[in-house]
Amino acid sequence: MENYEPKIIAFCCHYCAYSAADLAGSSRLQYPPNVRIVRTPCTGRLEIDYYMRAFENGIDGVLVAGCEEGSCHFKDGNLLAKRRVNSIRTVLAEAGIEAERLRMVNVSAAMARPLVEYIKEMVETVRKLGPVKIKEPVNKTSTGV
Amino acid sequence: MIVAERKTIPEMVAILKEHKKVLVLGCGTCVTVCLAGGEREVSIIASALRIASRVQGLGFEVSELTIERQCDNIFIEQAAEAIEKCDAVLSTACGAGVQAIAERYPLKPVYAGLNTAFLGILEERGVWTEKCAACGDCVLDKYGGICPITRCAKHMLNGPCGGSREDRCEVRPDRACAWQLIYKRLKDIGELDKLNAITEPKNWSASLNGGPRTIIREDHRI
Ligand code: SF4
Ligand code: SF4
Repeated sequence: MENYEPKIIAFCCHYCAYSAADLAGSSRLQYPPNVRIVRTPCTGRLEIDYYMRAFENGIDGVLVAGCEEGSCHFKDGNLLAKRRVNSIRTVLAEAGIEAERLRMVNVSAAMARPLVEYIKEMVETVRKLGPVKIKEPVNKTSTGV
Repeated sequence: MIVAERKTIPEMVAILKEHKKVLVLGCGTCVTVCLAGGEREVSIIASALRIASRVQGLGFEVSELTIERQCDNIFIEQAAEAIEKCDAVLSTACGAGVQAIAERYPLKPVYAGLNTAFLGILEERGVWTEKCAACGDCVLDKYGGICPITRCAKHMLNGPCGGSREDRCEVRPDRACAWQLIYKRLKDIGELDKLNAITEPKNWSASLNGGPRTIIREDHRI
């Protein structure tokens, strides 16, 4: 457990968080390497399935980073994302995965430092929770029949 | 349409725990529209069951499929192969759909994944409201098209109970008093005089009486 390094996906909106992550890079701000950044055209694009499949396939935490409320490039994609994240936290908790493993934050393209802080917080939260407690091995996701 | 709500994942797990190969079977009609048991919800439920299985060591092998309509034999055909392959079906159709599948597959355990709630409409995004209790003897004509059986908390047929405040129902302050609505609508369409007639006790023999109701159309039988 001491050497546990959580695996985290950060879905970052192209119009804010992804640019903020880019800025963090060019400003030489360090963030933990546990996080894999996936660019999305808008956090509203993230279907519930994306979160479910990530956990189903063994991810330890998912961070969703969208524009600040009121600043979505597509008007209200980030608000849709917020509702989805909240509802999926309930489903995850029902299925036995701590809700804190999925979190949404809001940043602007200029907020490199806050984004780095959010990422660090997320890694720490998940590190404290430890790996998802599993009683059976990961099966390949079965889809359809 | 028929409006339903998902059971919780722990409830589903408790229902399915004796089985291994589970098919989550969705329905593409009413329950898709009320966001309870269509393709998207089936995907979420199946995924949540797989996660629950891993976390709790349940050994589920979950597959998923959504057909157009579960209450119709012709469509059930499309699920034949998937149903054959599984040990149990968790149907996310309304209660009628679940029973149609169970009747068609007498040797297969078929369970309901939803709680079927009522016949209603989408009132606003994300809000569904009951509008009809399928009482079998519709009286909407007398009440300006507003159903007192469903929408009045006391099923009053001869005027309001007298408890409403402003235009709110005393039992459900979050809902309009059905009789307020009935009065206003009858007034607006010039049919207020309909309220002068005393309505006799309703004929409930057409509902919840003598087992399942059937409708037989001889002209359509073969
Ligand atoms: S009177 Fe009966 S059939 Fe008509 S809307 Fe009301 S419950 Fe439905
Ligand atoms: S307040 Fe109106 S809707 Fe509520 S029970 Fe009385 S008559 Fe019915």
